[in-house]
Formats: sequence, C-alpha cells, structure tokens
Amino acid sequence: MTGGLVLILALLAIVVAPWVAPTYYLLLMLPFMAYAVVLLGLNLLFGYTGLVSFGHALFIGIGAYTGAFLAAHLTVRSMEVFLVAAAIAGALVAAPVAALCVRYVKIYFGMLTLAFGMVFYTFVLKFYRLTGGDEGLPFPRPALLGFPLDAMPKTDYLVGPYYYYSLAVLAVATLGMWRVVRSPFGLCLKTIRDNPAKAETLGIGVTRYRWYAFMISAVYASVGGALLGPPTGNVDPTLAYWTHSGNLVFMTLLGGFSSFFGPVLGAFVFIYLQNWVMSVVPYWRLIFGAILAVIVIFAPGGLMGLFARARPAEVARG
Amino acid sequence: MILKAEGLRKLYGGFCALDGVSLAVGAGEFVSIIGPNGAGKSTLINILTGVTPPSAGTVRFKDRDVSGIGPVRLARLGMARSFQLVQIFPDLSVLETLQAAVVARLGRGTRLFASLSGDREVQEGALEVAELFGLGEKRHVPARQLPQGDKKLLDVASAFALRPEIILLDEPTSGVSTADKTAIMEIMVAAAKRIGIQAIIQVEHDMDIVFGYSDRIVALHQGRILADATPAEIRADQRVVDTVIGRRARVR
Ligand SMILES: Nc1ncnc2c1ncn2[C@@H]1O[C@H](COP(=O)(O)OP(=O)(O)OP(=O)(O)O)[C@@H](O)[C@H]1O
Ligand SMILES: [Mg+2]
Repeated sequence: MTGGLVLILALLAIVVAPWVAPTYYLLLMLPFMAYAVVLLGLNLLFGYTGLVSFGHALFIGIGAYTGAFLAAHLTVRSMEVFLVAAAIAGALVAAPVAALCVRYVKIYFGMLTLAFGMVFYTFVLKFYRLTGGDEGLPFPRPALLGFPLDAMPKTDYLVGPYYYYSLAVLAVATLGMWRVVRSPFGLCLKTIRDNPAKAETLGIGVTRYRWYAFMISAVYASVGGALLGPPTGNVDPTLAYWTHSGNLVFMTLLGGFSSFFGPVLGAFVFIYLQNWVMSVVPYWRLIFGAILAVIVIFAPGGLMGLFARARPAEVARG
Repeated sequence: MILKAEGLRKLYGGFCALDGVSLAVGAGEFVSIIGPNGAGKSTLINILTGVTPPSAGTVRFKDRDVSGIGPVRLARLGMARSFQLVQIFPDLSVLETLQAAVVARLGRGTRLFASLSGDREVQEGALEVAELFGLGEKRHVPARQLPQGDKKLLDVASAFALRPEIILLDEPTSGVSTADKTAIMEIMVAAAKRIGIQAIIQVEHDMDIVFGYSDRIVALHQGRILADATPAEIRADQRVVDTVIGRRARVR
C-alpha cells in the first residue's frame, strides 16, 4: 500500500505545484507530462510485450506535426482537435509500420523501428512545403475546451490552464493504461513477452497481439507529441530524430521498465536532471551516457528496481 | 477418429527425421509413443501440433485438414500440448499462467479494458486447474521460482486449462522420480476425466508408466513406425522389445 500512498502524494504535489513552485520548474513539468504519456505507451510495448522500439520519436513527430499542420494549413486552434487528430494520424501511420515491424523480434524489430524513424525524419526535412523543413512549423497556442485564452501572457497560460490540461490528459492516459495492463489483453501481452512459442500453443496469436500493442503505444506517443507542441511553440524535425527515440528508451531504463510507473519516473528524473546538468557542464550527453552505463550494469531494474530492492516485500511488477 | 495423420515425412537438410508415419487416434484413447533417443517422437508431436511444418503428409483433426494452420488455430480448435523441454512464462505466477490459458480458451484476449481480477470465470477456471494439479498452495509463486518438477507440471496444467479435446504431452514426467511419475500420471488422468479431454497422446520413456496407462502404444524407430498395437501385443513383439524396450537404460 506504500505505493498507493506515494502515488497520492505525488499527484497532490503536482496539483499544488503551480501555487508554490517557481515558474522555471513548472515549465519543465509540461514536457515531463507529455513524455509521461509517450512512455506509458512505449512501455506497453517494451515492458509488457518485450519489444524495444528505437523509433518511437516518429510518433511524437506525427503527433506534434499533426497539430502544427492543422494550425498552419487549416487554421484549427483547438487542443482537443489536435489530440484526436494526432491519435488518428498516429494510428494510420502505425498500422502498416507495425504490421511490418512485429513480424520481427529483438534487434531486427528495433532496427526496423529505427529505420522507419529515419525515413520519417528525412520526410519532414525534405517536404518543407508541408512541414517547414528544418525550421519546422510554429505550434500556435490552442484553445482549451473551447476557451481561446489568447489574452493571457504566454507563461501564465502554460503554467496555468495548460498545466492542468496536460495533467488531465496524463491522468486519463494513466488510468487507461492501468486498466489495459490489468486486463485479459494485458495478460496475453505478458505471455508473449515471456515465451512467445508457449503463448502460441495456448492459442494466443503472437503477431496480432504485438500489432495491437504497437498500435496502442503509437497512439499514446502521438498524443504525447501533440501535448509537447504548445510548450515548445515550434515543432521541428529533431522531434523525430533517432536520438530522441534513444532518449525515450533511456527514460524507460532509467525509471525501470518492469514497473508501471517506472518510465514515468524516468521521464521526470531525466528532464530535471538534464536541465540541471546542462546548467553546470556543457557535456550533458557525456554525463548521461555514464549514467546509462551505470544503470545497465548495476541497476537493470532502474530507479524503481532500486526502490523495490530496498523494500523486497513489495515487488512492483504491474 | 479425432486425429489422423497420413504419410508424414520430415527432412532436416538431408536427414530424414520422420519417414512415412501414419497414425490415427480416436475418442477415449490414451496413446503412448515410445522409441529410443532421436527416433523422431518430438518431431512427430511438433508436426501434429502445428509447431513444425511437415515436409510431406497431412494431418486431419476432427475431420478437417489442419496441415500448416499453425498452433494458434489448432489451440482454438481444441488441441493442446506440453513440451519436452519445459516451457513456462518465467515472470508470471502459477495462477496468471493458467489464467492466460483460460482467457485464450474463452476468446477474451482482446478485452482491453476489462478487469482480469474481476473476471470470475477466468479466476475460477484457473484456480480449479491449479488445485487439480496440486499447485493451489503455490498459486502466487512466479513460475521461474518453482522447482523443476512443478515447472513441468505447470506446463502440463496450462495445456489442460485449455480444456482441449485432445492433448499431446511430450515426456510429461521426464526428470521426475518414478514414484512422482505415478503421482503425476494419476493427476493427469483424473484431470482429463474431470475436464472431459477425449484423447491423450504422450511420449514416454518409462515403461512402467507406458504399460500401466496406455490403451495403445506406438513404437518409433529411426523415423518409422515399428509397431502400433495394444500393450499386450507390444510386449510380445520381439522387434520392439529388442530395439526400444529391452535395451533402454535412459539416463537423464
Ligand atoms: N531442428 C532440427 N534440425 C536438425 N535436426 C533435427 C532437428 N530437430 C530434430 N532433429 C533430429 O531429428 C531426429 C529426431 O529428433 P526428435 O527430437 O524428434 O527425437 P526424439 O525421438 O524426440 O528423441 P528424444 O528421446 O531424445 O527426445 C534426431 O536425430 C534429431 O537430431
Ligand atoms: Mg523428444
């Protein structure tokens, strides 16, 4: 039950933070919440189905560009429309990509996802008429639940209404995923992660389920990508670059993929740590590379794994 | 006939692991497949269960051609199996493993937002099988932490949890002492009766078990069927005794 208590306290802290925390740190909460949505989805594939994608930034890109595209070319300004359109666009792109990728496993799966990510990156870079090329597209401030909010100063908008809006999206995404991993479907994914050959003899269609998991994770990543738009203000191809996909895997490992909230914690620590390290030394990648090596070697369960080891009575496997 | 195989051949490169094997199993039958190491017993089971495609020949299950349809659809049609090298889901508990089988049997795997713990049919179905197999006490233990014998039992139990019409077991009691073998056999026979399984095919090396439980025995040797007969006939068949039964001193 300690886990539940920690969760409630964390949620409480996030809710009251806008009244007490400095704006600078509040602004960092926005990418955190967007990444948390992405990682909840990614971990359905990684932690629950046993497939590591090195290309999920592709879907962040899809989500963010969908919003920016709708704003630039169709003058849409509604965040709800952005989110729904991002989910649909993500699903449309993911359907064939997933169908191809899930026929392969392990490193081949990872490499294929990486390849698709690179294709998409090049696409947004080259089709500048649609995508603005390397400069990207502006992501204008959207209305939230129909309220325009254009009169607000930008920072007030972000740490006020948009902050809670993001939190609401994250909450819904979390509850949804919480149900998914505890459903009969979630159990089937775990059997595939643990032993696909055995799962098949039980009548569980491995390829089909992997496809479902991929689709859900892609939709989550696209929604997270759209959520990332307003705080960034501008979407550019680096969103879809492969190092960005690498960061997602890093966050997942940092927090621990064996636990439901591990990747979310990983995103949180990653963002604040990166911010802090960048302010102290110029080589954040050097430091982060070292951290990653230490995690893989000494704490393969990530931060959540360390907590679980400190409290062996409560093993956190969702 | 529930299961009928004709002219099965399996080539591994130039090596012929199975050569013209035909076999028919009817309702109510308990069939044991025996033969020395490398005779092709596992290859035969793998072909019958759709895990390995045959090089030639057909398999009919409940009067339909099931050659090449694969294990997933065979499982749905009512065929289950366990493996010679024990197959488990290491991070799933005993109960979760059995629940997965029940979920698959009931076709509820695509219920995305339903609560697994709130699905009484799945919960009770899994618990029932756990108890039938004497795994009730260990139901929350992750499969990887089970002793070897229990892993084997769980592999078999999950096949039973599918409530198949026919079940194929590749050495279900290997690596277990003779006393325990008999106990496992008793559990399996009782469970099969309880669940309503119509036919059992097992690969077995222990001749006490083979002769104690089988209605029919199929002796394989170098990829061919040496004999397919009742236990009494097999005992009287000098060729089988010489090649399979007599000289076996199988150490595992
Ligand atoms: N994938 C494979 N590739 C090549 N040869 C194989 C393969 N699988 C099995 N064989 C060979 O086919 C023959 C039959 O193997 P099989 O596993 O069916 O024997 P078995 O009767 O089950 O033996 P055991 O009692 O040792 O389990 C053996 O000679 C084996 O080496
Ligand atoms: Mg064998």
